Amino acid sequence: MNRKNKSYDLIMKALIWIFSAVTLVFFLLVTGFIIIKGAPQISWSFLTDIYKVTADKHGILPMMVNTVYLILITLLISVPVGIFAAIYLVEYAKPGKIVSVIRFTTETLAGIPSIVYGLFGLIFFVSFLKLDWSILSGALTLSIMVLPVIIRTTEESLKTVPREYKEGSLALGATRLRTIFKIILPNAISGILAAVILSIGRIVGETAALLFTSGIVPKIAQSIFNSGRTMSLHLYLLVTEGISTDEAYGTAFVLLVIVIVINRLSAYLAGRLRKRLQGGSAE
Amino acid sequence: MSNASELKKFNKKTRIMTFLVENLFMVCAFVSVLAVAIITFFIFYSGLPGMIEIGIFDFIFGTDWSPVYADGGFGILPMILGSIYATAGAIIIGVPVGLFTAVMLSRIAPKWLSRIMRPAIELLAGIPSVVYGFFGLMVIVPFVQKFFSLPMGQSLFSAILILSLMILPTVITISITSINSVPREYTEASLALGATKIETIFKVEIPAAKSGILSGVILGIGRAIGETMAVIMVAGNSPYMPTGLFSSFRTLTGNIAIEMGYASGLHRSALFATGVILFVFIMILNLVLMAITRKGGAVRE
Repeated sequence: MNRKNKSYDLIMKALIWIFSAVTLVFFLLVTGFIIIKGAPQISWSFLTDIYKVTADKHGILPMMVNTVYLILITLLISVPVGIFAAIYLVEYAKPGKIVSVIRFTTETLAGIPSIVYGLFGLIFFVSFLKLDWSILSGALTLSIMVLPVIIRTTEESLKTVPREYKEGSLALGATRLRTIFKIILPNAISGILAAVILSIGRIVGETAALLFTSGIVPKIAQSIFNSGRTMSLHLYLLVTEGISTDEAYGTAFVLLVIVIVINRLSAYLAGRLRKRLQGGSAE
Repeated sequence: MSNASELKKFNKKTRIMTFLVENLFMVCAFVSVLAVAIITFFIFYSGLPGMIEIGIFDFIFGTDWSPVYADGGFGILPMILGSIYATAGAIIIGVPVGLFTAVMLSRIAPKWLSRIMRPAIELLAGIPSVVYGFFGLMVIVPFVQKFFSLPMGQSLFSAILILSLMILPTVITISITSINSVPREYTEASLALGATKIETIFKVEIPAAKSGILSGVILGIGRAIGETMAVIMVAGNSPYMPTGLFSSFRTLTGNIAIEMGYASGLHRSALFATGVILFVFIMILNLVLMAITRKGGAVRE
């Protein structure tokens, strides 16, 4: 190896290590900062108190409950639609114009920024359908937003179900539909779960799309037609309205913990999927 | 759909059920198509009239945004440029860092290091943007203010730093996938010709993976231009032309999020029109992405 090559190698190698270190340092800064500043703020009353405007210390219980509401309603709408769409794409549709239109629009949905979803939700669900600022408006908006995640992930897991299972079932005289519900879906369950968990992550973290759809009322929503502030929105409002930095640290910490749990769960499920792809049995 | 002869052996109830459920599958598959159509329609329907009333040229190239005043301007050029500058800055920092990190993880890193870094990057991708914004406001903004001794740290530069961080996971994950899908023969041939491992990576593998890496960059651009919460928390948000790296500025997304809460009348329409411009930007990116992936094979996040 001549000198020129050697120095080229050296420079590139140095850049690789430096930039990787930058990534890692950034990661440690963000998570470390939130954990160190946030963890001390967590107390029983912080997690279980309601939000009283007049009090000088507030709890986050209403926001946690609203977040759970929003997750449930969003999933209730988007998961069946997403799974059925994936079944159609994998089991029924023949490659051609229709499928490419469906795929193009699904990709488009994945690329639309959340503030545009927020605008759309405000125009369509809140004003046009007169659902007002409510959990339902927020959930409908988010359902469209998470749809691409659910369709893609489910599609991939449906494709991993071995052909023999399906053919065996059909050969035994089961209808195609019965085969889908009794053989294919149960075998794709870990992928579908992964889709659900990814979606929960997006819903928990969403702010811009909810600002003008589910609204900012810091109370437990009495029904899906009421406005209810979620955790992420709460963090945003705590900071921008200058209510309490300490509570913001605490809220950010809780959000980070939720994200870490979601992340580990989906890594576990992805691991199971990979095993299946490599031919091992995952069930 | 199941054809008639296939179903003849089953009873009527099964046949009707099958027909209904299979059509339900198809309807669900078309929900995405319907959603895109409705979103496009309503965004344009609410934004275009305002844009026409203001005058499309005045709206896009006007530099005065003061909608709350009686004869205030409705020009969003400062915000268009703000979005473009912030995104460009994020790409200039984020892409090299991301690409080299991807090289590290796909080719160089010892096992123990990947075992730490891969979950870290996955987690970075999952952290909510409002948490990034909060971090930016509490850490990056004061740092920028002190380090450059500025009157305030909310600036284009702070936004660029936070956006660079936010696009890293996208750039890294997609670059890793595309580097790993370079055929082994390329690598082996290069090594057999006497090239070093590093030369092979940068002169053979990365050029071969460029369409995949490029689509990662496009997705990063999309993420940066569409980012709202993180940016408004660190940008300062003054609606004037950005005058330098350290000036307070506002993006298209920020313009909508900050003012929609109290806007009415033409002001409100102008915000929807801001949404139209943003939407058009994203559609163009989408088409570019499609063109790239069609040429170079599909790459997904």
